[in-house]
Amino acid sequence: MQVKAPDRTAAAHRAGPEDRPARRPRTTGPLWRSRTLQGIGYAAPTAVYVAVFFVLPLLLVGQMSLSDWPLIAGDQGRNAPENFTDVTDSTLFWPAVRFTLLYTAIVTVVLLGLALLLALLVQESRPGAGFFRTVYFLPGALGLASASLLFWGLYSPTTGPLSRTLEKLGLVDDPVSFLGTPTSALLSTVFLVVWKFAGFYMLILLVGLQRVPHELYEAARMDGASRGQIFRGITLPLLRPSLALSLLLCVTGSLLAFDQFFVLTKGGPDNSTVTVVQLIYREAFQRLNLGTAAALSILVLAALLLLNVLQFRGLHRADES
Amino acid sequence: MRTTLGRTPYHVVAGGLAVIFLFPLLWNTWASVSEQPGTAQDSGYGLGNYRTLLDYDAGLWRYLLNSTVVSGLTVALTLGVSLLGGYAFARFRFPGRNALFLLTLAILMVPYATLLIPLYVLLGRLHLQNSLIGLSLVLAMFQLPFATFMMRISFEAVPRELEESALVDGCGTAGALRRVLLPAVRPGLITVGLFAFLAAWNDFIAPLILISDSEKAPLPLAVANLRQQSMGAVDYGATEAGVVVLAVPCLLVFLLLQRHYVRGFMSGALKG
Repeated sequence: MQVKAPDRTAAAHRAGPEDRPARRPRTTGPLWRSRTLQGIGYAAPTAVYVAVFFVLPLLLVGQMSLSDWPLIAGDQGRNAPENFTDVTDSTLFWPAVRFTLLYTAIVTVVLLGLALLLALLVQESRPGAGFFRTVYFLPGALGLASASLLFWGLYSPTTGPLSRTLEKLGLVDDPVSFLGTPTSALLSTVFLVVWKFAGFYMLILLVGLQRVPHELYEAARMDGASRGQIFRGITLPLLRPSLALSLLLCVTGSLLAFDQFFVLTKGGPDNSTVTVVQLIYREAFQRLNLGTAAALSILVLAALLLLNVLQFRGLHRADES
Repeated sequence: MRTTLGRTPYHVVAGGLAVIFLFPLLWNTWASVSEQPGTAQDSGYGLGNYRTLLDYDAGLWRYLLNSTVVSGLTVALTLGVSLLGGYAFARFRFPGRNALFLLTLAILMVPYATLLIPLYVLLGRLHLQNSLIGLSLVLAMFQLPFATFMMRISFEAVPRELEESALVDGCGTAGALRRVLLPAVRPGLITVGLFAFLAAWNDFIAPLILISDSEKAPLPLAVANLRQQSMGAVDYGATEAGVVVLAVPCLLVFLLLQRHYVRGFMSGALKG
């Protein structure tokens, strides 16, 4: 998080024009009081909003995870830790965890690799670079559900163009079912996600690339460094903050994957592509048990907080060395 | 690098990738108006698939209206709350200021799905379950961290003298905000509004959980349902038409406001 520390001299200005000669924050008197009260007034909508729609649900999900809570009947009292044991004993739980981790690993490597390639390709002001940037980003403006619906048609063995083209070229004899086996369903979904998000991560990396001073490149070139040496010695180290941000966003987003599998594979074939968040949805709205859904939500929250702490620490250590 | 990027002409690589990125969009648009067996458009080119959408269940216009209402409300709520909040965090000192700011940013740390289950129960208690207003309130909440951060740095970038001269001229802080600061932070507002619109228009899981009445479904949910509910034969054509209707506003808004979108990335507000 980039949070600016409160600026004390600026605070003195803020107290109003009359305070300017003294440059000292006034901590008493009607002016300070009214300024403070006005600040509270302007912040009040945010405070109410965050309290009602963020803090309250967080407390509620904790309570729900410890209670017997069917969807229709509502709260039936404490049953802790039954919801948690129910979740971890479920036959779908560990396969879903394994699948989510596998998907996250594949997507992260492919997506960030391609995004880096795209960013390097369009970073300089070559002819058409602006056009290509826009084109690569365009899928990013679509929603993930819309993109999944689009690829569902694209992958169709009967009417989709991919299968028909392969047949016409004589590469396959029968229509290809891109979503038919666990492996092909996973890889087809990865392709969709990479198509949809590559431009987004390209933009983040481009912002990082623009922070690399031009003189550094020129100096390295004058010293006779090769392109590979410049990339490894200058670009990559200076790009590290942007890469770290992309990594965090990509890992978090992939661990919480839902839309693409719900729309494209529906968790199939044979429940082979069920993610953890899909499991939350199934618990709540197919098995009609909000208690276990809440317990699962708490586990996901804990895992993500742990991940954030680990990544923050890793970055911190890397900065020190 | 030298062997791959150096020798291959840049335009071949960049152009080839551009074709791959554009192909699904172009194919889908073409397929939605072209001949396909098993759809309303079974001979020649035409708008048969779009007519299927118009007649599907509550009708395309209804779903477009739902999506427009949800997106409009979400954008308005996000802009209103983050405008006042950003002003407060940037220009005022009050007890709990930093705690509230950090708590707002903390929304980013909590997974979407974790909050939707309790929000489903909570909205029920507030009689906002299965309501477009309830859905918009939830969607705006997920926009608050980015929006508040963005508005705070927008206000901090405005020269303090501008506001002070307005205060000397006898405006209250509300007058200064309306007459002097509002025009100055307008680019920030456009960025926040753009992100909120794209998120609200495209969101799928929140309406899936919070809206149970198919009459009230926003468009992404309606198109996904259309595909699932058609018994036996699947109507690919109508789905393709639905994707076009879903995509066109997003692509238009993005192309028109591209500059403002990129500012969201430059601001550091994504460093969550």
